[in-house]
Amino acid sequence: MSIHYESATIAPSKSEAMVKTYSVGFVVSLVLTLTAFAFVDKHLLSTTALYIVVAALAFIQAFIHLRFFLRNNLSQEDSKWNTISFLFTILVMVVLISGSLWIMYNLNYNMVH
Amino acid sequence: MTTHAVDNDNAHHHADVDNKAIFGFWIYILSDFIVFAALFATYAVLHNNTYGGISIKQITNLPVLLTQSLLFIFSSLTYGMVKAALQNGSIQKMRLWLFVTFCLGLGFVIIEYQGFAQLLHSGNSWQTSAFLSSYFTLVGLHGIHVVVGLLWMIILAIQLGMQGITPMMKTRFACLGMFWDFLNILWIFIFAIVYLMGAI
Repeated sequence: MSIHYESATIAPSKSEAMVKTYSVGFVVSLVLTLTAFAFVDKHLLSTTALYIVVAALAFIQAFIHLRFFLRNNLSQEDSKWNTISFLFTILVMVVLISGSLWIMYNLNYNMVH
Repeated sequence: MTTHAVDNDNAHHHADVDNKAIFGFWIYILSDFIVFAALFATYAVLHNNTYGGISIKQITNLPVLLTQSLLFIFSSLTYGMVKAALQNGSIQKMRLWLFVTFCLGLGFVIIEYQGFAQLLHSGNSWQTSAFLSSYFTLVGLHGIHVVVGLLWMIILAIQLGMQGITPMMKTRFACLGMFWDFLNILWIFIFAIVYLMGAI
């Protein structure tokens, strides 16, 4: 059985690893945000391409945040359940958003035609 | 670490956080993601229904919004420093970084409030059009969550002074961290889908 020490002198590497993780996540987030902003502000691509690029950059940045920031706060022990519940939530969100958009588009079409 | 639940007397167990509480809070976060997914879907459906009034293009001021994004991204980094200081057991450093995080979050809220105030004073309320209803609800609910996060930071700062670093406090800081990261992720999507796409 090991005793859990938490002072900096005995376990300095964990907090250093944390700082490193946060710093990497921070820099990547910064780059992604500024890139997305630059693309739109300077209108660097066609309209359709801009929509796709902005959405892609948003999803990538969200993933970065999940990986580099949120993961540190979650309990390491429940990682299987954290992952499963997260994936299920994604499923619910995909069904909710795509289903709503599909239905509303359909209803709108039937109102107009 | 073991899976024993933490009791308030924190002397004789091996877990340094309450894993059940953290998992429970994670489930709450997931449910809140679903709430916002519904609001995003609503905004997607209604964002062109401006009823002859103001549209998102006119509301969007990209440099201001970029500032908001930068404030939030920085605040995630500084909250990470809070967690690192917690890991090292340094209450002083925790207080410092918590204060910085709070200031950044407050800056975000102030900018957002000013944006809303401007809209309302020019006669554009959530009652004016479907677009504005969905806009105020989505962005407003996120803003309310941020304010709650700021209040939570104040409370934790006070409790830190009273209780020091205990497993319960570690659990609370982990939960607040999750909450703040969740709000950051939401803002990324609001910034992208409402404002960037609105300005294309």
